[in-house]
Amino acid sequence: MNTIVRLYHQMGSPRYFYRYAGYMIPWLAVSCAILMLAGIYQGLVVAPTDYQQGDSYRIMFIHVPSAWMSMFIYVVMAVCGAIALIWHMKLAEIFAISSAHIGASFTFLALVTGSIWGKPMWGTWWVWDARLTSELILLFLYLGVIALYNAIDDKRTAARATAILAIVGVVNIPIIHFSVKWWNTLHQGPTVSKFDAPSIDVRMLIPLLLMAVAFKLFYAVVVLMRARCELLERERNSQWVNELAGPE
Amino acid sequence: MTMSEFFHMGGYAFYVWSSYAITLVVLVLNVLVPLRNRRKLLATIARRARRARRT
Repeated sequence: MNTIVRLYHQMGSPRYFYRYAGYMIPWLAVSCAILMLAGIYQGLVVAPTDYQQGDSYRIMFIHVPSAWMSMFIYVVMAVCGAIALIWHMKLAEIFAISSAHIGASFTFLALVTGSIWGKPMWGTWWVWDARLTSELILLFLYLGVIALYNAIDDKRTAARATAILAIVGVVNIPIIHFSVKWWNTLHQGPTVSKFDAPSIDVRMLIPLLLMAVAFKLFYAVVVLMRARCELLERERNSQWVNELAGPE
Repeated sequence: MTMSEFFHMGGYAFYVWSSYAITLVVLVLNVLVPLRNRRKLLATIARRARRARRT
């Protein structure tokens, strides 16, 4: 129990977090690179051609993990926002805003790769299908969070305001997830997260899962890098930052 | 499978490779931005500290 309490206080201490994150980043980055290379090799070379979609389905190995990350990061951001609101924890504020940029990137990727996949398969770059529209709204939520944060000068006020926006926006996450069931439009239903066995060839499932884990690790690396920057900026007047910046 | 078959992607080369290229660019940018930010921030803080010591 004592170690947990101590860990909590240490992780809450900016200086300790900065050092610990700096130690973690290279290890996470190397694991991420290995998994991503393995996933790309498995996905582009080993996985067989799809009997319906030919080789175009190989876009799935980046499209689906990106879409998963876009929702996962949003939930992380909203939870961090809630923690920041309730316990006024600085690191939670920092993680929330750092996540927003990465989440927006993955949402953008999900939309763009989906669009590029949709052109040869559906014959159109874009339709106002429920899944596509709700994912587009997710991108706007991320951009709204970033814009709101940048519009308020006082970072602590900004963090509280964006936390509320992020929490309200969570309502969109189940809408995205269930959109393919609730509205039977163009986007296909889930194949992996069904309750019965996933209806996908195992040689396609392995690269998909490899890429999904690689993208999670990528998020971990970049969110730590961004959090460190954000921390430096907020703590610029503290002694430890000044010692870090200038040895002379 | 030959090399040219691989790059041809069963006729979907443009779609597959452009998706992967865009993803690569976005991921690389996500790494470069915080790297550059950190360098710039540390330089600014160091400069300010030096100026404060002089006055």
